[in-house]
Order: sequence, then C-alpha cells, then structure tokens
Amino acid sequence: MDFPIFFLDFFGNRMLIAVIASVHVFISHGLAVGAYPVVTLLEWRGWRKKSEEWDNLAYKITFVLFIVTTSVGALTGVGIWLSTSLIAPFGIGSLLRIFFWAWFVEWFVFVIEVVLIVIYFLTWKRWKEGAKKKLHIGFGAFLSAFSWITMVIITAILGFMMGSGVWPESRSLFSAIANPLYLPQLAFRTSYAMIISGLLTWFLIFFFTKRGTDFRRRAVRFASTWILAWVPLFVVGSFWYWNKAPEAMRANIDVALLTQRFAQWHETLALIIAVAVIAIVIVALVGVIRPRMIPGIALLIPLVLGVWLLGHFERVREFIRKPYIIADYMYSNGVTVSELQVFQRDGILPYATYVRNQNVTDNNMVEAGRDVFLVTCTRCHTTTGINGVVSKFNNLYGEESWDESAMTALIHTMHISRTFMPPFPGNDREAEALTAYLRSLRSNPELILDAHAGWARRSSSGTPSMAGADGRKR
Amino acid sequence: MILALMQTPVPRDIDLPLPVGDFELKLLLVVLFLVHIFFVNLMVGGSLLSVFFEILGLSAGRYDKLAKKITETITVNKSLAVVLGVGPLLCINLVYTLHFYSANSLTGYAWISIVPLVALAFLLAYIHKYTWEIWTGTKKQLHVLVGVFSGLLFLFVPFIFLSNANLMLFPGEWHKVTGFFSSLRVGNVFPRYFHFLSASLALTGLFLAGWFGRKRYPVEKYLPGFPRAELRRLFYRIAFYLTLAQLAFGPLLLFTLPFEGLSRELFLLILLGILIAVAVLLALRWEIRSPDEKIGRLYIGICFLFSLIVLAMGTGRHVYREVSLAEHKKLVEEASIDFRALETATRLSIEAGYGAGEAVTVELTGERVFLNCAACHAVDRVLAGPSLEEIYFLYDGDPKGIADWARAPGRKRTEFAPMPAFAHLGDEKLRLVADYILEKGGEAALNQ
Repeated sequence: MDFPIFFLDFFGNRMLIAVIASVHVFISHGLAVGAYPVVTLLEWRGWRKKSEEWDNLAYKITFVLFIVTTSVGALTGVGIWLSTSLIAPFGIGSLLRIFFWAWFVEWFVFVIEVVLIVIYFLTWKRWKEGAKKKLHIGFGAFLSAFSWITMVIITAILGFMMGSGVWPESRSLFSAIANPLYLPQLAFRTSYAMIISGLLTWFLIFFFTKRGTDFRRRAVRFASTWILAWVPLFVVGSFWYWNKAPEAMRANIDVALLTQRFAQWHETLALIIAVAVIAIVIVALVGVIRPRMIPGIALLIPLVLGVWLLGHFERVREFIRKPYIIADYMYSNGVTVSELQVFQRDGILPYATYVRNQNVTDNNMVEAGRDVFLVTCTRCHTTTGINGVVSKFNNLYGEESWDESAMTALIHTMHISRTFMPPFPGNDREAEALTAYLRSLRSNPELILDAHAGWARRSSSGTPSMAGADGRKR
Repeated sequence: MILALMQTPVPRDIDLPLPVGDFELKLLLVVLFLVHIFFVNLMVGGSLLSVFFEILGLSAGRYDKLAKKITETITVNKSLAVVLGVGPLLCINLVYTLHFYSANSLTGYAWISIVPLVALAFLLAYIHKYTWEIWTGTKKQLHVLVGVFSGLLFLFVPFIFLSNANLMLFPGEWHKVTGFFSSLRVGNVFPRYFHFLSASLALTGLFLAGWFGRKRYPVEKYLPGFPRAELRRLFYRIAFYLTLAQLAFGPLLLFTLPFEGLSRELFLLILLGILIAVAVLLALRWEIRSPDEKIGRLYIGICFLFSLIVLAMGTGRHVYREVSLAEHKKLVEEASIDFRALETATRLSIEAGYGAGEAVTVELTGERVFLNCAACHAVDRVLAGPSLEEIYFLYDGDPKGIADWARAPGRKRTEFAPMPAFAHLGDEKLRLVADYILEKGGEAALNQ
C-alpha cells in the first residue's frame, strides 16, 4: 500500500470499522427492514379497528425509527465509506474500480429509501382521514417492500464481492445470485430483521403504553406473535447458511486450508444460533400466553444474543475471503500478488513512500522494523492493544523467551501455519528488523499515534530525501 | 519548483482501470457534488438562522415562531445532505483516489470523527425541534443552548471536509502535515470556509424567501404577525447582504489560492460568476424595494441566475483542481508504470529460474521444509512447542506418526499454544520433514 498510514493503535483499525459497521447493520436490519412492516401492520390495525391507540403506538414507534435511522443509522452508513478510506484505501480504491456500478445502484436505492422514510413519517399527521389514510397505509406497505428489496440487492452485491473466481470478466451481478450463500443469507437476514424488530417494538411498547392496561397486554401479544411467526424461517435460514458456509469457503481456497480457526468459529456460530433461537422462542411464547409476565429487562437477553449473533455472522462472512481482500489479486495488508515477488526479493521499504527509513541498516534495526510493522501489519494488528502483536507472541512463546531466529522464521512462514494471514511482503533483512522492533516493543510497550506523519520523502527519481529540513524528529 | 518536487511524495497509483470514462466521471462528480452541497448549504444556513431568530425571539416573540418554522425545514434538508453526499464521495474516491485518500489519512482522527460529530449534531437538531413547545419558560435557555451547540457542530464539521478538499491539492505540502490542525495551515482553508459559510446563508435566505413567500404557505396560521411580503423582504435581504459579502470573500479566496492551479479558464469562469452575481444583486435590490403586492415576481429568475453562479463556481473549483494536480498526476503515472515494469521483470526472472529446471531450481529437502516448523520447534530448546530431541524420544522409528500428527494435531499439553494443521504441505513434504526431525532429534539425544 502506498498511502500515508492511518493507524488507530490500541483499539485497532479493524475494531473501528467493526463498531461502525455493526451499529449500521443492526440499525438497518432491526430499525428499518424489519421495522417498517411492523409499524405498517400496527397502523393498519388501528385503521381497521378505528382505534387511536394502535395508530398512536405505531406513530410513536415510527418516530423512534425515524430519529435513529436518519441520524446514527445514516451516519454509520456513510461512516463505512469514511473508515474504509482510512483503513484500507488500497482495498476500497481497487474494489471501487471493480464494483462501481453495483455501489452506484446501491446508493441510488438508498437515496430513494431515505426519501420514502421521510415522506412516510412526515405525512402521518397530515394524511389522517379517509382515502388519505388508506394512501398512507399503502405507502407504508410500499416502503416495507422497498426496504426489503434494498436488502435483496445489497446482499447480492455482498455475494458478488465475496464470489470466487477471477474478476472482472467472469463476474456478473447475476452470478452473485448463483452464489451458494445468497439465498441462505437472504433468508437469514430477512427473518433476523423481522425478529429483532419485533423485540425492539416490544421494548418500546413499555415506554409508549400504560402499565397494567389491557392495551399493553394486546400490544405485547401482537409483538410476540409477530416474532414467533418468523422463527421457522429464521431456524431454516440460519442453519442453511451455517451448512453452506464451509462450501463457500472451499470455493475460495484449497480444501486442505480449511483452518482450525474457521472450524472453531463455525462451531461457535451453531451454538449462538441455537441459544438465540431458544431464548427468542421462550420469550415470545410467554409473551403470547402470559403477556404481563415478561419484564422489559428480560427482552435484553434475546436482543444482546441477537447483536452477538449478527456480529459473529458478519465476522465469519468476512473471514471467508482471507487472506485476500480481492481473491487472488490483493492481500488483506494491501499488497498485491504481483507486488509480493518484488518485495520479497528487494524488501518493501525501498518501495514504500510514507516510511521514515527506506533501507535496513545495522544502525536502524528497531526504527526500520517499526516502519515494516506499520506498512505490513497494522491493517489488522495493534502494538499492545486489541489483536496486538505483543500478546500474539506472548501466547506463542510465553512472556520470557522470544527467540530471535524462531521469530524471524515465523514471520516468513506464518501464512503457511496460519492460512488466514498473508505472506510476509519483505526480505530477510526486513524480517530481522521487524523482529528487532517487536522485541523492543515487548520491553518498551509504546503506542504508535503518529503513523501518518514524519515520513521521509522520495524525489521523483526514486532516491530518498530526508524530512529533516523542518526540524521534526525522525 | 524543483525544490518543491523534492519534497513531494510520488507514490504508486492503484493498478486498475477506471470503470467509467474519465470525463464522464468528472462530470458526474461536479453535478452530484453541487446537488449535495445545495442541501448542505440549506442545512448549515438553516440551523444558523434558526438559532439567530430564536435568540431574537427571546425579546420579540414573533421571531420565536419563525425560528421554529426554519428549524422544521432542516429535518428534510439534512437527511438529503447526508444521503446525497455518498454519490459524489464515490466519484471523488474514484477519480482522485490517491490524492483524496491520502488527505483523509493525514487528517485521519478528524476525518473519522465526522461520523460521531454529525450524528450528534443531528440528534441535537432533533431535540431542538421536538422540545420547542416543551422546554419553555425556565427551560427556554436550555433549549436555546441545544440549538447553539448543534449550530456550532454544523459550523465546525465543514472545516474537516474543506481541509481534506484543500489538502488533496497540494502533495508538496503533505510532509508538513501531522494531523487535522496542521492541515489548516496548508493552502487557503479559511477563505474557502468563509466563502462556503456566506454562500450557505445566502442560499438559505433565498430558499426561505421562496418557502415562506409561496402562495400556498399558510402564513397567517403558522407565522402570525408576519405579513408575507415582510417575510419575503427579510430573507431577500439576507440573501442580498451575503451575496454582497461574497464579492469580498470571493476575491479573498481567489487571491489566497496557491498559484500552481491558476489558469485562464479559472479566471474566466470566476469573472462570469461575478457578473451574474452582480445581476442577482441588482434583481434582489429591485425586489426588496418593490411594493408589497409586487414583491416576488423575479423569484424564479433570481433562482435561475443563482444556480448559474453555483455552476460557474463549482466548475471553477474543478478546473483549479485539475490544473494544480496535473503535474503530480503525471509523476505518479510515470512512477506507477516504472513499478509495473519492475513487477513484470521480476515475475519473468523468477519464472525463468524455476522453469528451466536447471541449477536454479531449489531441491526439496527436509531441512527446507523444516523452515515451516522452525518458528515453534528448535533442536534442543523448547520454543512454542517441544524440542526435536523430545519428539525423537516420542516418535523414534515412527516418521509416519509425526506426519499423521502434523496433518491433524491434537492438543496434549495445555502449557503450549495448540499446533496448527499442516495437511496442506502434502504427503511428500511431511515425510521429508518427519525424517529430518528424527535425524536431528536423534543426533541431539546422542550428544547428551
């Protein structure tokens, strides 16, 4: 990668995008795709029963949906773009050249969805009577269908990107639908969205209805029936996906490389699905039979399980493409397959623009090693924080004996024992320098907060020029 | 100039073609960006005017209602501002990948804080809107404060975007930048900012003159105490004075621009913009001085002229960007071509070395395969796994046992990290390495 290096040490670049993307995915599933059918159904119910109570409840829930989706929801959506541009500019820049039209379509659909949401909410109190109310309910149904279609399209685009084989010739958007994970993923996401929305609606009922009233009892029964209705599809969808995931992974890499890590995650996924399903069924059943028995707090259990499940689900999905960002073309550290050969022969530092040292010498081992670390490791690892290198080596060698030659050997071969990692894109001297830096990091654990600054620059002829002129520390 | 180039980083570009023609993309970028910035202007201008009139309303009650009605327009405008921002973002990421992403990275912490800051600004704007009738009396000050705080966020966030749009143009300055605040010293962020802010207020003024002035708007019901003509005049005035201010901010922006990007086309576009601006000012003045029953007749015409100004300035911006980046883009392209040639040469030399099957071909030996194991196993020391000596005692005479274990390791000792599977090395390599392990382990055992 040849960009100034953004490095959020301690939390880690991956954690940054994970937080932003998880919040966004949870909101888009639970407060948009699944939620609009719920509120439309509530509104329709109120209209049919000529009951202000139901209509009011629907309006208040929509108010919450509107506030959250158009602030945190919208911004985390944009945030995915803003964060990937920092974390993987090489990756997102390349993907954008491959998938531009797919993302352009996605954006267009998204604009329409936002416009529909705004109209649906803001016309509620104006389109109140007779034909106008009918129109409003129809609009809600249209919005529900449209936001589900958004999911259909976006899941296809995700599948398209995850698809195996060589781009761009052999890839078409239609091949995404033939992806073995497409339908299971869609079934999983759809039912998940419906169930989470049911739980959130139920949770909001506690705020928007009076304790002990008959209306609250009926509203709770409505929410729990809704949840129960979607459980069968959820069970089918999630285990279908679970079943197909190894197959999709095999399509990307050699059978023999199915890793222990993936196997562990795969087992954990089954466990979380089972626990989540049981918790959801119990809560929803009690909700139908004895609506008053479930306190608001109890709903947090299936909700938290749901967040955990979705997080794990997305993690497994992301894992499938490792060690690549783009299959057979670019590794997750931004090095392309064809660059790799050059870097392994000559080293990566002579070709890295935004580093402080462009060669390893006997006098700059630790400093140059820091550069190698920044360029090759920091897309996934931190120094001493989450997924930190110090703890990785502590796990392997214990806290005392970090053997230099063993570490250097590991740097060169870790992609063979840990098939989700890319091969080390540097030469022997750089592996030694990296070892020297890592060992110094162990005795002097210091966060790197200025990775993007202080680099030496190269003139256009390719010879390094030093950044000393402005007197900054190098 | 040569000195400046010495300071300039010349990275490699991404090695993939653009999915759309260069010209089409740039056209798309300019058009989509202008649509986005239109709503951004209304969002920022609206929130500032709403706070201004609310404070005015503390002593003159009718302005409070006006402030509330302005606040209500923000809801839609700000949603469109955000969602319509993604399209031009995709375009700029494509056309100026290297320059834009580099600027993002250099101001990274600020860049990513856009997400929480704008989300917070929006939430505060919602609180401001929906507590208007609730937080009255003693709580009114709190309410004003929420509006002020949300307005301050709307005032601050454009700095981050402008610093990036500015920084991307000057690669020769990147080495000086240590973060967002130091990026403000590059180029001319502040004149750009004032130009943007004054444009936001002028545009919002024009928008509100039409919004409250249109025939279908029930002024008597929503804004008692404000005759329609007075509202029109009020917001025309805002548009007038801030467009007038642009005649100062515009030249300030132009003359503080680093000279690299200046061109004749740019001056012509700006001159054109200024001429139309003068026409807009005259039309606004004429409208403001019109009698009540006639005010508003030129509204559509003014809007049309105004959008021509915006188009001229937006195009000018793009022309400046193109010129100022032209030289650097060429350097980057050359460096990228050189590197691709090196890649090809490297690949060919490696293929030639292995392909000929001569001396260059590395012979497959147990010792070589053992490199895969050396990270965790040493001959006579315990590293992450047991020593070869120890393995020798366990597996003496049973190389197949070692290979079987390596294919699918179990976990015997909890003090070690679990061993990963090596089935993918293949039977031959595993057999070779097993023999090698027993050989070396045996030697070490004998030497003891």
